[in-house]
Amino acid sequence: MSAATDAAKPRNSQQIKSLIMALGMLPVLIILGIAFELLTGNFLSINNLSIVTQQAAINVVLAAGMTFVILTGGIDLSVGAILASSAMAAIIMSLVPGFGLLGIPAGMAVGLLFGLANGFFIAYLGLPPFIVTLGSLTAVRGMARLMGDDTTVFNADLPFAVIGNGSLFGVPYLALIALAVILVSWFILRRTVLGTWIYAVGGNKEAARLTGIKVSLVLLFVYGISGLMAGIGGFMSAARLYAANGLQLGQGYELDAIAAVILGGTSLVGGVGSIWGTLIGALIIAVLSNGLILTGVSDIWQFIIKGLVIIAAVALDRYRLSGGART
Amino acid sequence: MSASTTGHAQPVLEMRRISKTFGPVRALENVSLTAYPGEVHALMGENGAGKSTLMKILSGAYVPDAGGEVLVNGEPVPAGDPKAAKQRGIAVIYQELSLAPNLTVAQNIFLGNERSSRGLVRSGAMRQEAKPLIDQLGLDFGVDTLVSRLSLGERQLVEIARALSTNARIIVMDEPTTSLSSRETEKLFEVIARLKSEGIAILYISHRMEEIYRLSDRCSVLRDGTYVGTLDRDELNAERLVSMMVGRDVSSFYTKDHKPHDGAREVALSVQGMSDGDLVHDCSFEVHRGEVLGIAGLVGSGRTELARLIYGADKATSGVVRLNGVDVTPRSPADALKHGIVYLTEDRKGLGLFLDMTISDNVNLCVLGEDAYGGGLRNFDAADRRADKALETLGIKAPNADITVGALSGGNQQKVLLARLLELGPKVILLDEPTRGVDVGAKSEIYRLIDQLASQGLAVVMISSELPEVIGVSDRVLVMREGTIAGELRPEGGQPISQEAIMALSVGQVERKPAAARAAHAV
Repeated sequence: MSAATDAAKPRNSQQIKSLIMALGMLPVLIILGIAFELLTGNFLSINNLSIVTQQAAINVVLAAGMTFVILTGGIDLSVGAILASSAMAAIIMSLVPGFGLLGIPAGMAVGLLFGLANGFFIAYLGLPPFIVTLGSLTAVRGMARLMGDDTTVFNADLPFAVIGNGSLFGVPYLALIALAVILVSWFILRRTVLGTWIYAVGGNKEAARLTGIKVSLVLLFVYGISGLMAGIGGFMSAARLYAANGLQLGQGYELDAIAAVILGGTSLVGGVGSIWGTLIGALIIAVLSNGLILTGVSDIWQFIIKGLVIIAAVALDRYRLSGGART
Repeated sequence: MSASTTGHAQPVLEMRRISKTFGPVRALENVSLTAYPGEVHALMGENGAGKSTLMKILSGAYVPDAGGEVLVNGEPVPAGDPKAAKQRGIAVIYQELSLAPNLTVAQNIFLGNERSSRGLVRSGAMRQEAKPLIDQLGLDFGVDTLVSRLSLGERQLVEIARALSTNARIIVMDEPTTSLSSRETEKLFEVIARLKSEGIAILYISHRMEEIYRLSDRCSVLRDGTYVGTLDRDELNAERLVSMMVGRDVSSFYTKDHKPHDGAREVALSVQGMSDGDLVHDCSFEVHRGEVLGIAGLVGSGRTELARLIYGADKATSGVVRLNGVDVTPRSPADALKHGIVYLTEDRKGLGLFLDMTISDNVNLCVLGEDAYGGGLRNFDAADRRADKALETLGIKAPNADITVGALSGGNQQKVLLARLLELGPKVILLDEPTRGVDVGAKSEIYRLIDQLASQGLAVVMISSELPEVIGVSDRVLVMREGTIAGELRPEGGQPISQEAIMALSVGQVERKPAAARAAHAV
């Protein structure tokens, strides 16, 4: 245990162990996939899988941002509303002749701005995240409606429509963006000093402060990131729909994002979790939605089954973890 | 096991051939223990020796491996059934108090056991029943007092009253004095004496020798999950107990190889007029390079608060901190760390460690930025190097640096926390209760480390409630009382550091000297 060479081996086994922990929900995802294949016969077709990833993409992006927030022990209820505002900004900008492509950065900027506003109230005024983002859920939704004069804004000639509906070698661009977001998130969380600070703040906020970590800055960052991700989600959905509606777009998206993070094994108390878990969590939700539609289950029962599966999956996970070491 | 002090009475509790394995780990191996009515049976052992596991089997939280059994008054108690254990009169007073602070004393005593008729709570009856319990223990607060208004020590006494309300005959106390002031400790000891006189058996777990001397009729020692032996009251002696616990002779428990301050060395840290407007009033002192300054005083005398002010963890209303003559008064911990002033918290789990993070991350947390590649990328090679070095130099017992800190014993956790501070290359180190909840072996190693740090020229400030430790480690001692510095003891100034002198300063008058306390000197 003293020499560095001796330490290399246990370190690897530790990594394998943490990989198993991170992939905790992967078996559930695979079982669901096989079950739907057996029930419908075409779930695992290339074409359908491509649709599933496309449907999962926006939630993956939102859930990635949510992972940052929940890792610090916080919550962001405003991502659905921010997504609507960002989509609105993206569409409006895309209508400006000659500058249509600026719709993408405009959507991201609006998302980042609202996220930083959340972060400011939470980090520097010490307000509880639940209350701040509950407030901005309503206020930002109002902003989205205001931006479009409470109508649906269209752009049939959207310059970045290819993002929403095109694909590269059969892989939808939306899925590629989601994958890129996951990779960047993983890099920040696991390969940067900031990432380690995020885990530390979530694990023990007061200890983090006593350790000299600038807790406020970390909190500002995570809510900023969550807003930015919602902004990315905004232009993604604008690109898909050629339109944005301040009232309806993104309703309830925050709940799917939170569900994905929890399914992925991230602790709501903070300090424990991984971005790969979130990816799997978001895929489980997408597979359920898509699979239930294919099997012809009615819309009402889809809701009921989805909710119960989420609870059952998390219960299973808790049971599995309590069997092993301390959680 | 002998039972000379208690004659031929029938034991109220017998634990026979208790073994317990968790997967591959053998926590207890064939341990037997008896307790007689009206006896205080102390249980000692290093952290991880198996005391807590044994008590959890007693309380029914764990099921012992086949072959082990627990008997109360000669009758076996069903294994792993907390309710049955309670009914047979086994009560455990937990370290983490389990009271509801927003309820009254009476409500807490009957928490989960409310007196009721037809589903309605009978508050009057509970208050009436609580009254004699409170009187029996000689407590001086009413049954309607809100628990949030009680001190930690008083809350513990409420827990004992709760145990009595269920007719407990065997009460387990697991380090009950850890967070009590010495006045509260006295009160607890009085209550223990009353419980004894009523024939209640007490199993008393503690790391503090003085308490063992003072209270116990017999003392059993566990080591690495096995039973080492039991000493009767008249056989108790510190060296014997320590060697039973660590399994070897501990000839030099305290190390003091560094040259004590001789007045010629320069002042490293100077604190002037530090106040927080509440618990600390106008404190000034100096620490020299290569000196260990002890800060003694009762719990609540403002020692921790003073250290936190110096570290910038709380806001001071006035006061200046100088390092080598330069004003560095920190506004935040980050500020203090930048100047090389580090602080070891007394609450290592609550305020120090990140229990879900690895040893390596915990050790490296303060120096991540320093080691990082451009733009804040983690440098894992440097982190591994630092962590491996810390494991080796501080003797942290762990298979590698990538296991989570929560899995370590108290002593090893404390070393991890110390390692984090030392990685910063500090000039001044403020240690707040550096050996709290740490086993005997690790204690001795921490003393050696403090001595080494002083030899290397650091200025060390050590806050401690354990007088033998203050005396054994410090070159000079400040005593705090009610937020002020009540006095200073400097041996070269003709004021020898003794328990009596420290106690006199901490309570503000000369008090009766506890005879047992002096015996602990020998440790």
